[in-house]
Parts: sequence; C-alpha cells; structure tokens
Amino acid sequence: MNQIMKISVTVNGVLYERSVEPRLLLSDFIRHELGLTGTHVGCEHGVCGACTILFDGAAVRSCLMFAVQADAHEIVTVEGLSPDPQHLDALQEAFWEAHGLQCGFCTPGFLMTLKPFLAQNPDPSDEEIREAISGNLCRCTGYEHIVDAVKLAAAKMKESSS
Amino acid sequence: MKPPPFAYHAPTTLDEALQLMAEHGYGAKVLAGGQSLIATMNFRLAAPAVLIDLNKIPELSIIQPTAEGGALVGAMTRHVQVEQSELIARTAPLLHATMPHIAHPQIRNRGTFGGSIAHADPAAELPAFLRAVRGQVLAQSRRGQRWIDADDFFIGLFSTALEPDEIVTAVRLPAMPARSGWSMQELSRRHGDFALVAVEALLTLDADGACDDVRLAFCGVGEGPVLATAAAAVLQGQRPTAEVIEAAAAIAASDDVDPHSDVHATSAYRRHLVDVLAKRALTAACARAAGEEV
Repeated sequence: MNQIMKISVTVNGVLYERSVEPRLLLSDFIRHELGLTGTHVGCEHGVCGACTILFDGAAVRSCLMFAVQADAHEIVTVEGLSPDPQHLDALQEAFWEAHGLQCGFCTPGFLMTLKPFLAQNPDPSDEEIREAISGNLCRCTGYEHIVDAVKLAAAKMKESSS
Repeated sequence: MKPPPFAYHAPTTLDEALQLMAEHGYGAKVLAGGQSLIATMNFRLAAPAVLIDLNKIPELSIIQPTAEGGALVGAMTRHVQVEQSELIARTAPLLHATMPHIAHPQIRNRGTFGGSIAHADPAAELPAFLRAVRGQVLAQSRRGQRWIDADDFFIGLFSTALEPDEIVTAVRLPAMPARSGWSMQELSRRHGDFALVAVEALLTLDADGACDDVRLAFCGVGEGPVLATAAAAVLQGQRPTAEVIEAAAAIAASDDVDPHSDVHATSAYRRHLVDVLAKRALTAACARAAGEEV
C-alpha cells in the first residue's frame, strides 16, 4: 500500500516539490521534509493549536491535514512572518515587548492565529481577542500578557498604517 | 500519534467520488474537513483502508436560497462560510447564532457543515440544530439520491442512516415558520470547547399566543442529538407563562434526557444544565416568537 504522491506546495513564497506518502501529516511535512521547525507540534489531535499555519490565508491546524492536501496550495508558517532576518513582524515585536511568551513553545501557533485575526479586526476588544485565541493553549503566561501583546500589536499596526 | 497507512483518492467530480464509494464501500471513509477524522486517525482509533477526499469537488461547497425561503448548504461548505453567510443570517438565524459555538476559529476555517452532520458526534451542536429545525440531509450514491429527515438521520452514537456507499452532499434548511422564535444556549468549559450541554430551540406561537410545534433539541446528553418530546408536550397548546416554561424545563431534565457521567461533568450536573438551559432557551424563543427583542 506504499502509495507515493508528488506534490508541489508554496511555503513562505518558495515552491517546494516533494514526493510523500498520503498519511504524512502536513505538520510533519513542514518540519521534517522542509526543515521549517518553527511550526511546533504539541498534541497532534487538534486541541493545542501549536501547529497553526496559514493555509491559503486562513489559520488552520497543520496536524489535522495531510501534506497531499496542500498540493497546489499556499502556506505561510511562522518563518514567513518577518520581512527579513533583521526585523520582526509588528505582532512578533509586540509579543516580545509585552512578554507574550515565556517558554515560547506555543508562540508560533498564537502568532499564526492572530495574524489573520488582526488583519480582519484591527481594533479588537479583550473579549474578541480571548475568543480568537480560544483554540491555542499556553501553559506559561496565563494568557494575560498575550492579550496585552495583541492590543499592543493592534496599536503598532494602526500607528504604522496612519 | 501518526495515522496508519491508507489508499488516498481525491476525486474532482461527485460522480467520480460516488464511483469510488461504490467500489470501496465499508473500507472507505470520506475525508471532508478532517477535523475529527484525522484526529481519530492520529490516535489510531480509526484506520480506514481508503480515504476519499472531497476537498477538490467545488460543487459541494455552496450556500443557496431555496424556493421555499430556506437555505441549501453544500456538504463541503466550511463552518466559517456558514458563519459569515448573509443568507444564513437572514433565513436561518438559529444557525447563525450557533456557528460561533462550533469549536475554535482554526477548526471552523477547515471543518465542514456536512462533515459535522455525517460524523454525528453526540456533543456537537449541528445535529441538534438540524433536528430542532427539521432539516433534511441529501444522501447520494451511484444507486441514486434520497432526502433523509434529521429525525431519521441520527440513529445513535456516531451513527447515521447513511448506507456504506452514500455520501452526504447537501443539507436543506426549511424557512423559519411565521410567528416562530428561536434560541441557542450552551455551557462549555472554555469558548469553543465541546458543549457540556447545549440546547437548540425553535417554536411557534398560534394566533392566541399559545405554543404550537415546540422543537427542543439537546446535545451532550445522550447517544445523539436528543429531541425533548415530553417537554414539548407540556408546552403544546399552552400560553408560555414562566410557570409553564419552568414545568417544561423540569420535565426535559427528568424525562427527556439520560445523560452520562464522564471526566467533564457528572450525569446529575448535566441534568441540572438541561433544566437551566431549557428554561433560558424557551423564554428567549417565546419572546422572539411574540415579536420582542431579545
């Protein structure tokens, strides 16, 4: 039953062509085949949110998709957030400044969840932020600093666009 | 936590998918959004020999008005599309109110309307919603197609009336009846988690203001979506005073449900929630049916 399928996937603007077994999870494809280990794997059953990526622009859990399903689609991982190696994205900067992380394991998932959220809702309330991150677990911060970081990021983004 | 091997098919037309279902029957699983299926495969609770991925069939991803004033939702329509649909907000306000309770944003971006219905998780909101509104499920196979009433579709724990070669391709939602009111109430530990108990209510008031056709469906309290028929009988033909609503909610908790205990909640606590949430749902639904703002 060793079916092998050829896929081409655009990840962070780069087109990758690989041959994969259908059962390979997208999360493992990103980490092991592409070496992009910024996407973290926590629970592997869709509960913790650490493996969240952007799939055609929408935040999804990469542990609940197969790599073959990403054929001809576009993915952004946490490595694709910053414009260049010298600079962080405004959201990343805000997490840094507001202590939105401690161990950092959950952070890539939070960032990829929040990136489209802030694009759609540039001035969110505390309640909206908490709802947006309800699918991401963090065992260090107690979430308070993460909510602060999101508000700071929203302010930074507003400043840079005005 | 890696899924077992399977043969993968990604048909690009419904005909092709139905042909594959006819060939592989029992050994095949349909892959819709995968938000439950892939998790159970990762746990190796499920090990289908064949996966038939419907994600490349665009015709299954639609939301359309029906001639009767309701809506037709294609099986592969993502939860987020239903959540953001103006047509759904207008024609199916109960569904519009329910969508934000379904899992988390990342799951709603990928999970599908038909997938949730076909999976028939007893804790999921959509099966209870579908029973409350008397929705219908379109099942298709090479042999033909049939509409299945929601009341006949859900037959037990993760079990439906689907035959092994059938695929859910669409769901039909009737128009809101005249003088009707609705409400959805849920308690979960964390926003987006599975409901400990949720209730979907749709009822109609007759010209004299008495209850007619009360539909109260619960999730989280049985082997599937549970329709509270004893509670509905208490309300039928009665003006919905606070006393009558209280009596109906109490009957729902004592007679209509038989909740199990698990790590999340005891049976007694779930029964208590049925009482409380039924009361809230009936009160809000009656107020809406009477034309009040809720």
